[in-house]
Amino acid sequence: MSRTRALDWGPGIIVLAVLAFAPLLFSDFYLSAVLTKALWLGLAAVSLIFLAGYVGIVSLGQVALYGIAGFTMANLVEADGGSTIAWNPWLATLAGILVATVAGLFLGAIASRSYGIYFLMITLAFAVLVYFFFAQVTDLSGFGGVNNVPAPAVVGNPLQEPGRLFYIALGTSAAVYVLLRYVSRAPLGLAFQGVRDDPSRMRALGYNVLLLRAVAFGLGAFVAALAGILSVWWNTRISPGSIALPQTIDVLVIAVIGGLYRLEGAWVGAIGFAALDNWIRGVESIGSRFNTVVGLIFLAIVLLSPGGLMGIWESATDRLRRRFAFEARPAADTSRAP
Amino acid sequence: MRRRLLSAPPETLALRALVAAAAAFTLIWVGYKAQANPRTFVVVSANGLTLAGLYFLVASGFTLIFGLMRVVNMAHGSLYMLAGFFAFELQERMTGGEAVSAFGSSRADLLDWVLPLLGASLAVGVLGLVMQQLFLRWNQGQELRQALITIAISVIVADQALAHFGGIAQELAAPTEFPQSVDLQLYDVTYPFFRIFVLLTALAVGLALWAVIKRTRFGMIVRAGVDDRQMVSALGINVQLVFAGAFFLGSFLAGLGGVLGGTMISVDKGNDTQYLLIALIVVIIGGMGSLGGAALGALALGLVDSYGDVYLPAGYTNYSVLLIFGLLVLVLAVRPLGLFGRPA
Repeated sequence: MSRTRALDWGPGIIVLAVLAFAPLLFSDFYLSAVLTKALWLGLAAVSLIFLAGYVGIVSLGQVALYGIAGFTMANLVEADGGSTIAWNPWLATLAGILVATVAGLFLGAIASRSYGIYFLMITLAFAVLVYFFFAQVTDLSGFGGVNNVPAPAVVGNPLQEPGRLFYIALGTSAAVYVLLRYVSRAPLGLAFQGVRDDPSRMRALGYNVLLLRAVAFGLGAFVAALAGILSVWWNTRISPGSIALPQTIDVLVIAVIGGLYRLEGAWVGAIGFAALDNWIRGVESIGSRFNTVVGLIFLAIVLLSPGGLMGIWESATDRLRRRFAFEARPAADTSRAP
Repeated sequence: MRRRLLSAPPETLALRALVAAAAAFTLIWVGYKAQANPRTFVVVSANGLTLAGLYFLVASGFTLIFGLMRVVNMAHGSLYMLAGFFAFELQERMTGGEAVSAFGSSRADLLDWVLPLLGASLAVGVLGLVMQQLFLRWNQGQELRQALITIAISVIVADQALAHFGGIAQELAAPTEFPQSVDLQLYDVTYPFFRIFVLLTALAVGLALWAVIKRTRFGMIVRAGVDDRQMVSALGINVQLVFAGAFFLGSFLAGLGGVLGGTMISVDKGNDTQYLLIALIVVIIGGMGSLGGAALGALALGLVDSYGDVYLPAGYTNYSVLLIFGLLVLVLAVRPLGLFGRPA
């Protein structure tokens, strides 16, 4: 493996190795409140980053989609509030993911003719409407939400055995990362990137641009749905407050802090966000003003480093990368180097 | 005409048929309900029209800013909410905290209401202007970045507003000089005067904006700027000054809406999300940057809002959000850029 490749993959593998032993290294509280939370927040953010980076559409609907998955699942199992149906938790989970994916395909089909900032506005309007829908419809939720949602037996009680949910979230995150990396190199993913760069040319080449955008959005909805399911298992409840505008913005903040154009950025941003959240709530003077701090950090990142933390990482490693590439070149070439 | 209608591709035809069917069904349903109880129909329609007035005030500022600068001001709802809170504070101080008596009647005279209205709207207008000058001016053309900046500002404003004004819904007192209600001369309906006043204000603002944009030099520059910003700049016009003016005006309108809405309904901590959503839906329906589109979008949203609350079958009134979603879907399916939208 060349040193450039090592620089690409090394840090990720090290982080994964450390995370694999996280239950031994961190307290139960920290494991659950920061790391597990960061993993499912990262999943939600990676669906946004995938769409932004590889398809060129910035969606603010990801939290609403994960809410649809979460609410569907919570309503289908035996819980307090919502409908009275009592399915097996696994079946309800599958149904939740399916419903959210279909909702994503549908929304994608409607919104796919809009580009750029219009797409952002349409998905934001959709997100807020979903929030009001669940807040109003007491048959499915109402303001109190659905409480005491049982997870499948393998998850256990997230308060007593946080390690189980942590490993499930870690496994899901790793699988989603590999899936999205794979898709981005497969013909489908290349077509997505073509649509991102030049939709008219793709249309001229015979691709169905609207269909591609809708499918990409459906894939994003699928990933967001996984985050939604994990978040309900983690909270053991879901309410309209879990999918309101502040949560939509949290996921956007995570994606921007991590860097909108690198998949890894989702989890980097999420861990930073969850750790900061945990730390600030303990600080007496600003504890209750967490959102102001988040807003200020978000503002600073957008103004100063649009690439986010991954952008900073890339410009830092860029030097090393160039030096490695330079040293690896045959000696004769160096004379022509600028 | 007939040939043009039928010459479109089959899926477009199917879509048009679907839209027509939905519209026809809605009309028949509302008509059926209306003749069953005309008095209720008058009240519900008046509610819808006055809501539409408020929605237009909010959305016109939003669409004005976008039309000229391509800035999607995600803090528009925050400006709306801030103006409501500012005006409430001001009125409380002017009346010594006794704007509303123990029996709920107003004790504020005309000055106690007009001064907070102007003061809060101006303050919010200046706030919008400062935001534009500090953060947006040097990011021109980067639409996403500008949207993210305004989202960050809305997060900060929401949290600070919660800290300073608390989470309780407040209501501004309308001036005692205003009558409580007016007789509409229709089926003996007496209707709250202030709601009519909001509708009239919205109409006046709409006409004034139209006149400014169509008839004045400022409006001419704005229209030219919408079409070709660089050319206007090259002709020696100070576009930055026009941008600043438009941003102030748009924010001022959000503030005006906030104070009127705070008097007509209430001002609450969730208003920023709520009115951002309203501005978004109105301009998605009407088309970004179009004043006429904003009026039409506000009308559609206001009527759907108020008819949906009353005329959905019993037991389903909770689902009225779906109607708004349906309206959005229908409009986007037929016209992705909104009814009066033009490609950038």
